[in-house]
Amino acid sequence: MIPRPFEYHAPTSVEAALALLATHGSEAKLLAGGHSLLPMMKLRFAAPAHLIDLNRIDTLKGIRLEGNTIHIGAMTCENDLIWSPVLADHCPLLVETACLISDPQVRYRGTIGGDISHADPGNDHPAVMLCLGASFVLQGRGAERVVAADGFFQGMYTTAMESEEILTEIRIPIPPKKSGYCYAKLKRKTGDFATAAAAVLLELEGDTVADVSIALTNVGPTALQATDAESYLRKRPLTDGAIVEAARLAMQICDPVEDLRGSVEYKRAMAGEMTQRALRTAAARAGR
Amino acid sequence: MSNKRMVSFRLNGQDTDVVVEPRELLIHTLRERCAHTGPHIGCETSHCGACTVDMNGTSVKSCTILTVQAEGAELLTIEGLARGGTLHALQEGFMQEHGLQCGFCTPGMITRAYRLLQENPNPTDDEVRYWIAGNLCRCTGYQNIVKAVQYAARKLRGATP
Repeated sequence: MIPRPFEYHAPTSVEAALALLATHGSEAKLLAGGHSLLPMMKLRFAAPAHLIDLNRIDTLKGIRLEGNTIHIGAMTCENDLIWSPVLADHCPLLVETACLISDPQVRYRGTIGGDISHADPGNDHPAVMLCLGASFVLQGRGAERVVAADGFFQGMYTTAMESEEILTEIRIPIPPKKSGYCYAKLKRKTGDFATAAAAVLLELEGDTVADVSIALTNVGPTALQATDAESYLRKRPLTDGAIVEAARLAMQICDPVEDLRGSVEYKRAMAGEMTQRALRTAAARAGR
Repeated sequence: MSNKRMVSFRLNGQDTDVVVEPRELLIHTLRERCAHTGPHIGCETSHCGACTVDMNGTSVKSCTILTVQAEGAELLTIEGLARGGTLHALQEGFMQEHGLQCGFCTPGMITRAYRLLQENPNPTDDEVRYWIAGNLCRCTGYQNIVKAVQYAARKLRGATP
C-alpha cells in the first residue's frame, strides 16, 4: 500500500507553510501527525499533489498558561498532552481524553490540531473542545482569526476553517478549580474509535448543579453539545433520576450511523450510558 | 522519478543516506534499501505494531511514516539492540520467559518495550499492558510478554532478573 506520487514540502515556519498553501491551493494537503491522512493516501482515498508537512515548525508545539487560558500549539502530540504538568493541574479532562486515544505509537505522532481540523466524527478532541468552551486560532496570509469550538464543526470532515488557513493554536479557558470532569468512552478495543463517548464538566454547589457542560463523540456527523440535557440539569439537585433524565435528553440529539460498532439503537443507548457514567464520575470528582 | 530526494539519518548508530520518492514509507526503506528486515510488515494500516521502530526517542509505526520525514532522525531497530554478540536484556527476557511463539510480532514488541522501559524503568504489570497496547500478538496471550518485559526491567535496574 503505497500512496500516489506527490511533492513533499517541509516548511520551518507558519509563513512558509501559508505561502505553499497559497501557491498550491486545493492540490495541497497539510500533514500533521499523519495517522489519518497517510492511511487515506495509502488506500488512495486521498491523493494530494502536494503534501505540506508541519512537523518541522517548532512554534506550533507546546503548552503554556497565559492568565486564565491554556494555549496549546496545534502540533502538540497526544503523548505530550498526557505528560503535561500544566494540563494535569488545570485541565485533567484533556489528559484523560488523550489517554483514551488510540495507542502509544499513534499518540507520539497524532496531534491535537490534526484531530480537531480533520473533524472525523470519531475523533475525540472535538467533543472535548465543545465541552471546555475552547477556541481555535486560524492563521491565514496576513490575517488571524479566533473562532469558538461551538460552530466550528460543520459536518463530517467539514469545519469553519478556510482552505488557505492553518490551525495554529487551541485556547482553553481554565475550568473552575473545583469542577468535576470525565471523558467516558466506550470502545471495542485499543486503537478503535468510540462506539460512543461523553465529555462532562460539572460544577456543584452542595448537591445542586451550578453549571454543566456535556458533549458527545461519534453519535452524529459532528461532535454534539447536549444543550437540552445541560439546561435540564442546571440549578437542579444531581439525583439518580436527574442523571437518567439528562441521559435521555442527550440520547434524543444522537443521529448515529449503523456500522460494525453497532446498530443505531445500540449506539444511542451507549451515548446515554456514557453520559450517565461521565456525570457520575464528574460528580464524584467535583469539590462542593 | 524526477522528485527523488536524498534523506540522511542515523540507523542503529550508522550514518545512512538513501534516495527515495517522497511517497516511500519508512518500513520499505528499512527493509528493502537498508536490509534491516527486523521491522516486519504486518497490517500496513498502523494497527498491529509489527513495524515499530524507535525514531528520535519515540516509538513509531514505520508503515505510517514517510522516509522523507526521517531526515536527520536517530533510528533504532531490533538489529541495534544486541551489543557485541550479547543479547539486550529484553531479548534475553523474551527468550527466558517464552515471550514469543511464532516471533512475527517480537521485533516490534521488543522495540516498543525498549522505549517503555526508558520512560518507566519500574512499571507495574498493568502499565506494561497499557503502554504496549499498540502491538498485537496472536500467539502468546500477552502473559509471557509482560513477564519478559518485567524480567528485562529487573535486569536493567540491576536486580536479579
